[in-house]
Amino acid sequence: MAEVPKSTNVMPEARSIAAAAIAKDVLFTAVIAFIILGPIVGLKTFAISGSLALEQRWGLVTVFVAIVAGGRLAYHLLVWNKPQARPSRAISAPVLPFMNYAKYIAPALVAFAIILPFIPGVDRRIVDLAILILTYIMLGWGLNIVVGLAGLLDLGYVAFYAVGAYAYALLATIYLPAWFGDGIVPWAFFITLPIAGVLAALWGVILGFPVLRLRGDYLAIVTLAFGEIVRVVLINWSDFTGGPAGIGGIPRPSFFGLPFIEGEGGFAAFFGLDFKPIHRIIFLYYVILVLALFTNFVTMRLRRLPVGRAWEALREDEIACRSLGINTTSTKLTAFAIGAMFAGFAGSFFATRQGFVSPESFVFLESFIILSIVVLGGLGSQIGVVVAAIVIIGAFEVFRELNFLKAVMPAGFDPVQYRMLAVGAALVLIMRWKPRGFVTRREPSVVLKEKKAIPTDLVAEGHG
Amino acid sequence: MEYFLQQLINGITLGSIYGLIAIGYTMVYGIIGMINFAHGDVFMVGGFVSLIAIVALGITGGSGFFPIILALVLVVFIAMIIASAYNWTVERVAYRPLRGSFRLAPLISAIGMSIVLQEFVRIAQDGRPKPLQPIVTGGYEIMSRAAAQGEFIVRLSNMQIFIIITTLVLMALFTAIITRTSLGRAQRSCEQDMKMASLLGIDINKTISITFIMGAALAAVAGLMFFLYYGVTDFYVGFLAGIKAFTAAVLGGIGSIPGAMIGGLIIGLIEVFWSAYFTIEYKDVAAFAMLAAVLIFLPQGILGKPEVEKV
Repeated sequence: MAEVPKSTNVMPEARSIAAAAIAKDVLFTAVIAFIILGPIVGLKTFAISGSLALEQRWGLVTVFVAIVAGGRLAYHLLVWNKPQARPSRAISAPVLPFMNYAKYIAPALVAFAIILPFIPGVDRRIVDLAILILTYIMLGWGLNIVVGLAGLLDLGYVAFYAVGAYAYALLATIYLPAWFGDGIVPWAFFITLPIAGVLAALWGVILGFPVLRLRGDYLAIVTLAFGEIVRVVLINWSDFTGGPAGIGGIPRPSFFGLPFIEGEGGFAAFFGLDFKPIHRIIFLYYVILVLALFTNFVTMRLRRLPVGRAWEALREDEIACRSLGINTTSTKLTAFAIGAMFAGFAGSFFATRQGFVSPESFVFLESFIILSIVVLGGLGSQIGVVVAAIVIIGAFEVFRELNFLKAVMPAGFDPVQYRMLAVGAALVLIMRWKPRGFVTRREPSVVLKEKKAIPTDLVAEGHG
Repeated sequence: MEYFLQQLINGITLGSIYGLIAIGYTMVYGIIGMINFAHGDVFMVGGFVSLIAIVALGITGGSGFFPIILALVLVVFIAMIIASAYNWTVERVAYRPLRGSFRLAPLISAIGMSIVLQEFVRIAQDGRPKPLQPIVTGGYEIMSRAAAQGEFIVRLSNMQIFIIITTLVLMALFTAIITRTSLGRAQRSCEQDMKMASLLGIDINKTISITFIMGAALAAVAGLMFFLYYGVTDFYVGFLAGIKAFTAAVLGGIGSIPGAMIGGLIIGLIEVFWSAYFTIEYKDVAAFAMLAAVLIFLPQGILGKPEVEKV
């Protein structure tokens, strides 16, 4: 494969305001924008009496083309005519002084997370959102082991999430009551959690084993294929998984045996509180907080163990690893298995929170969102995952709040429709602007004398 | 026997379509070493543009033979131009600024672009599947002797003939471009050693742009044929077809154009025979499992060069 040289600057170098050239470029942009937007936006097909007809919307096309061309013109006049400062490619300081305040960020975040449900003004919606964000943080941390530490690109991570969710759903609704009687149901979540983790880890090994020799994009596409296989099987194996309809009526978690119900024997009555539905939400919040922190704790400890160092060595240079006698097979498999295990835990939690699982929840897009969280945060950075999860999942929610746009825009405009479009576009832009993620410093695994942060430029991405 | 022959015809038809999409993957991967995840969606856009053009031109199955052929040629050209503009823009916006960046950046950017295209079409054209009455109708019955005895009749429809002939013509054309023209020589040299090619005066950015345009043009034709063959399209068809076409490209040996075609035929045949003889529900599993098996056991593909690991 030929090595790809870094692209020369897209724009020519010295740039004064050359009206003719700019006009030509803006016109060209407008023509391309028209070709792209014209047919798809301008001619909307709709079904009418068994065949299709076209609705013409050239006004809309004109507006969009004008926006694109105007944006291009504004860029020419405001941004590209400034003399370009050459970005220095040299790494200025190989090791940076460790930021003093950095070590307080994580404990402050944890403290904030612990008191969050009790902050005045925090209602059910915010706690629900926090649960969602924490679920993605946990998934991000789990995937960070595979992608960030071991450098193995996994696009099918959601398969393990699905394994965990279906393990809990099936065990709690069918198998545990059948084997041990209904009395076990309040405890089902706590009994199933480790089983789901083990099953997901097992699947991590099963799916990881065949792909050990693959690298890079090939590994990515095969893991994607495995993720889709799991989903297709979930859809079609109706006898076992309930097919496309999924599994409903999954028992909600109990407070260690005390169900969140009104009246005698419930959580509220036991502790002498007034019954409120939010108790269950807050309990779920703490469950996922503990699970997420556990994921982080295990990851941080593993990095100090031989296996964690082997992961990072594998990411830096696989051939050197092999020649130093590291068993790359078992190193890769442990990374897959442990990453999958955390996805299995998160899946169980997802099932108990939703009370319903179906293959719809485990599409490729989920894998991609989790991978984006890891990459946007900065591969291998634990705090970066938190930042990225808040940004991405928060952005999804912000689109629900944009109701004022409905007043401004034409009728039938629903901002929620646009959120995936916006997230896709944002990912492209962020990759241009910060390809190595938000957090660009890594903590070293091993230190001599004093701890210094490492710029990401010095960290390899791995080959596989 | 008749049943087998029928499935063979169907498989070759489907495989031709996959092969055309796969050429776009294989050319891009050959030159810049990345999976153009948005390629499947460019294929989908090609199908949608064809649909819009067909409705706008008012072509129906009732028009005569020559009007339909002329109109379809026109539709093909429109779809090629518009899909090329899409792929060119995708390369310009999402890939070129990231050339030489970190390995994961183009991949994320490509998947992001794929989502953008899907969502764009979904929002602009609403999410419902778009059906169309068949335009190319009629066909031939082979082995009609069997029909008299009330047995299975093998049909070769005009649509299938159209697809197979178009694919053959395009294959010949593109092979000629790659092997005989200076543009093809520039592409092959970029594939071998991009730095050296640029030192020898080849405009790399232009060559890569043209590669994306060529891939998109073929994908647009495939989009039109896929849409006419199945009579329905929606914004999501690009994802599955894209993965299968990528499988075809890998199976044939990435970077090899005849390989992409062979791979496409094999994937098409596997999918059709699996649906015919086993279960239709798991036909996608068969394709995915094929992908995994090929990458694991035959990573260089049928016509590809084995990759040598350098220390």
